[in-house]
Amino acid sequence: MTKTARPTAQALPGWKVALIRPEVMTFLLLVLAVVAASQISEFFLDINYILRSFTLYAELAMVALILTMVIIAGEIDLSGAANMALSGSLFAWAQAAGVPMPLAIVIGLLAGLSMGALNAFMIIALQLPSIIVTIGTLILFRGLAQIVAGDQSIRLPEWFIGINEVMVLGVPVPVVIFAIMALVLALIMGITIFGRQIYLIGTNEIAARHAGIRSARIKTILFLLMGLTAAVAGLLTASRLGSVRYDLALGGELQMVLIAMLGGTYIFGGRGTIAGSFLAAWLLVIVSTGMIVANWLPAWQLSVLGVLLIASIIATNLIYSRTQR
Amino acid sequence: MTPMLIANGITKQFAGVEVLTDVDFELNAGEIHALLGENGAGKSTLAKIIAGVHRPTRGKITLNGTPVEVPNPIAAQRLGITLIHQEPLSFPDLSVAENLVLGKQDGGPLSRVPWAKMTADARRLMDQLGVALDVTQPMRGLSIADQQMVEIARALASNSRVIIMDEPTAPLTPKEVGTLFTIARRLRDEGRSIIFISHRLSEVRELCDRVTIFRDGRKIATDRTDALTDADIIRLMIGRKVKDYSGSSTARTSDVAMQVSGLTLPGMFRDISFTLHKGEILGLGGLVGAGRTDVARALFGIAPALSGTITVGGKPVSIREPSDAIAVGLAFVPEDRAQAGIFRSLAVEDNITAAIPGKIAPNGVIRRAVERAHATDYVTRLRIRLASIRQQIGELSGGNQQKAILARWMLTDPQVLILDEPTRGIDLGVKAEFYEMIGRMAADGRAILLISSELPELLALCDRILVMSEGHLTADIHRADASEEAIMIAAVPQRERARA
Amino acid sequence: MSLLARLLLRREAGILMMIILFCLAVGLYKPQYLTLNQLRVTMLLVPLIMIGAMGQMLVIAARHVDLSIGSIMAAAAMASGMMWRFAPEIPWVLGFPLSIIFGMLLGLLNGVLVVVFRLPAIIVTLGTLNLYRGLTFIMSDAKQIDRQYVPSTLKAMSQTSPIFGIPWIIFIMFAVVGLTYWFTMHTRMGRQIFALGSNPVAAPLRGIDVTRVTLVVFAISGALAGLAGILYASRWGFVNPSNTGSGFEFQVIAAVVIGGVSINGGVGTVAGVALGVLLLGCVSSALPLLGIPGTAQNAIYGAVILLALLIDRLVRLRGQRMVGVIT
Repeated sequence: MTKTARPTAQALPGWKVALIRPEVMTFLLLVLAVVAASQISEFFLDINYILRSFTLYAELAMVALILTMVIIAGEIDLSGAANMALSGSLFAWAQAAGVPMPLAIVIGLLAGLSMGALNAFMIIALQLPSIIVTIGTLILFRGLAQIVAGDQSIRLPEWFIGINEVMVLGVPVPVVIFAIMALVLALIMGITIFGRQIYLIGTNEIAARHAGIRSARIKTILFLLMGLTAAVAGLLTASRLGSVRYDLALGGELQMVLIAMLGGTYIFGGRGTIAGSFLAAWLLVIVSTGMIVANWLPAWQLSVLGVLLIASIIATNLIYSRTQR
Repeated sequence: MTPMLIANGITKQFAGVEVLTDVDFELNAGEIHALLGENGAGKSTLAKIIAGVHRPTRGKITLNGTPVEVPNPIAAQRLGITLIHQEPLSFPDLSVAENLVLGKQDGGPLSRVPWAKMTADARRLMDQLGVALDVTQPMRGLSIADQQMVEIARALASNSRVIIMDEPTAPLTPKEVGTLFTIARRLRDEGRSIIFISHRLSEVRELCDRVTIFRDGRKIATDRTDALTDADIIRLMIGRKVKDYSGSSTARTSDVAMQVSGLTLPGMFRDISFTLHKGEILGLGGLVGAGRTDVARALFGIAPALSGTITVGGKPVSIREPSDAIAVGLAFVPEDRAQAGIFRSLAVEDNITAAIPGKIAPNGVIRRAVERAHATDYVTRLRIRLASIRQQIGELSGGNQQKAILARWMLTDPQVLILDEPTRGIDLGVKAEFYEMIGRMAADGRAILLISSELPELLALCDRILVMSEGHLTADIHRADASEEAIMIAAVPQRERARA
Repeated sequence: MSLLARLLLRREAGILMMIILFCLAVGLYKPQYLTLNQLRVTMLLVPLIMIGAMGQMLVIAARHVDLSIGSIMAAAAMASGMMWRFAPEIPWVLGFPLSIIFGMLLGLLNGVLVVVFRLPAIIVTLGTLNLYRGLTFIMSDAKQIDRQYVPSTLKAMSQTSPIFGIPWIIFIMFAVVGLTYWFTMHTRMGRQIFALGSNPVAAPLRGIDVTRVTLVVFAISGALAGLAGILYASRWGFVNPSNTGSGFEFQVIAAVVIGGVSINGGVGTVAGVALGVLLLGCVSSALPLLGIPGTAQNAIYGAVILLALLIDRLVRLRGQRMVGVIT
């Protein structure tokens, strides 16, 4: 069907177009959440309190940034949290078995990278749908972590523990890493040709291939990056918790997908921003911490997160269908 | 005898473009009636209106003397009209017998599926058609011919009186065509009516009682098949509508831009060889499905050929994916703009610069000013009409979208441009602009391979015209000798020729 | 292709062969694996997964997926648990309809979100997986329904037998399998599910009500998860808001994918899925005998899903070569 030109783009004033961008919505929600939370508790006006709360979510949020890029490219990866657990478990097991620390860290990182490679192989080389493949690898990675770590926690040496307590200019290290990552990735998505091509692939992969864009290569890089980042996040979580169990980041895929969706990433690919996911991570922290401070049952928190996830995809879909077609 | 079906004053518009104008059509009981015409002449559109796939903008349909409404294919089925699609719309995982009855049983959701009766009925229908087919096997894995037989059986199962076959013979072997014809004649002799759409004149002559010829969305003539010669039919199909777009002098040089030899992809095309010179516009004509697009896709590395060699600028090249093709100076404007061309929700600017990463981002970082300069340069040069360069390309008209795609490829400074139906779905005024642009590109020394189903377009623009039929090159016609008749004669498949 | 070859190429034959080979291999190493007693252990492992898998088969055959069944199972079991605990005067048997209807409603909500808002089932059910789990906590105030509240008659259903020493719960399982077989093979709606998954474009053109079929598969999946919930209470004698049904969806999806239900929709048989569940059951019950820790179970499920995907992919590639790719 050929569509005739419609005057919508000219009719809407610029500020209105900007206002209905999903990440602006995220920002407004964030402001609203801070205001609401500060009514519950003074704590929420204390930046240090918020920063400390954020360390609980920083690792998941890092992986969520890469997941955002994966979704923009038109795929999905649900295995990130399980990857964190397996990389963390392998690392902890190696150092407990007497492997020198630096080597154990390398083992953890390589494990994460190979998990990304496995996903990439199944999805890109074998052309299987990423949804079902990463459900499979989610179960596999979590299960392997269970084998590696058993039912016990593996203790880590004192010096490795507590990276979340280390401050750089008053900001906990994991938060610093998250912020730097967000900045770098935002630049990659915003101003580099690599980022541009990710948007092109997610918008129309066939047209992208016709324009000479090597979509297989770019997607492979994204899945590898996803694996590596998950491993880094797994190690940071290990350091924060002081020990590793197989249930590290259990269910974390919900938070990751939620951050991407709350940030306005379009579930069918081609749209979304790192800035949106960055803001959504803070929103998630305020909401989650707010519920804890307000003494809500953890049960309610799960429900609220589930509802938020569904509401955010519905909202994002509506916004995009309004501004386009 | 009242005709089985009468269509009166049928007019159809798509997005304001009239594709069918005031067509009257009569189908008798117990006849096989051919619809003939060039690609886009309107014959398939009429068939789809009768079968309820499209609704007419104006006009009415009378079945057996009663005026009827055909809002959708299910209603058509109930009225006894069945359209047999070229690519059958079946459920590949269900059995043949189930495919025959699905959607037709009465009763609630929990009503019983009568397997035994269903299978027996299916066997009986297949016997009636004289087709030996295990009705319990799934549709997946059946040949196209057998799938068509199932579709025909489905028409019988619902006791259809009007059966429309849209180019049913295109994917069949000569033997399968023979079987199909036997069955079609038997159905006719039972008093059913068949509308038969085909490009193959020999088949039409062999099978059909009457023909109706379309041109440019209008009905031109209806007559008994034996009252017309092949030459008459071809003359009626192409008409006298040619108005010369350009008499521009050719820019063809003797320098070879690209040489292709023995290119073969089994099932698609076989042994394609040609030479393309700098400054030359080489036409590639033929009917839809002749393999022209497949050759273009192979040259550009989207679905590479299995054997054969390609030489560009004197050097043999290996093209495994589009980036290889771009690297050696090829460009390709695909036929299906929406699917393979545009990035609908992205800005015009991003669409134009999609194929030149090296130019806009020499070290990986996009230089906005350079990008903007490139894009606006071509927006001006190609006179792309838009509100803003950041506008979503999906909001532009088809012609302007196509100009943006052309701009994308001009920016790669290609030596060889492959254009696949570049003016399809584009207004007449903009078309003229395209012809001018194509001429200018050739004058700049680029070589152009122009695939087009519009004969006047080929005749007006090309230095030389290659014609494909059923996967083979069947003619290489010089500008001086080119005529619509010459192209059509080479394009219409001959029974004797084997498929690629 | 001969009839025998076609029969042998069927997925069901392959899984049956794998079950036999696996059992023989384990039996050679540990003869006590091939005893009636061990069969009883195995059979008691599978009913819940079997019932969940029948529903999931329908969802996947219609080209969707339901990740929320573990949480539906918990929520439905909890609903009955609350009834037994706080309203013991109501006949306990009403827990069956209560759990099934409650599960069905939760499943229906999944279907509505998928079909009305045109959202991918995977994200919707990832959301409701957490929403329903939260709901379970809220209903129960995060407290477990302990043994003393679960009706002893219900608990006995996993032990006592009406006939042949086979516990009730296994009869229920067979009844569900039989009903699902009847539904998928002998009712119009059942066939429409497979038609829809086989070719979603053709389905509406052939008069299939896509909305209704989609709602039905999610509702059935939810209802069966609800039934599995009350049987969980029977089997284990308690309902826990966090443990009950946790990871259930993975076991079920593993069984369904092994059973030959294609993730591309349209393909799948009750027999294949039932055998897939049995294979997983045999593996699970062999683990302790072989000295493999129970912790390995999830890894095996994951590996098995990926392997099944891989095999499907290879078979499909081969099939394409046989027919000749037509584009």
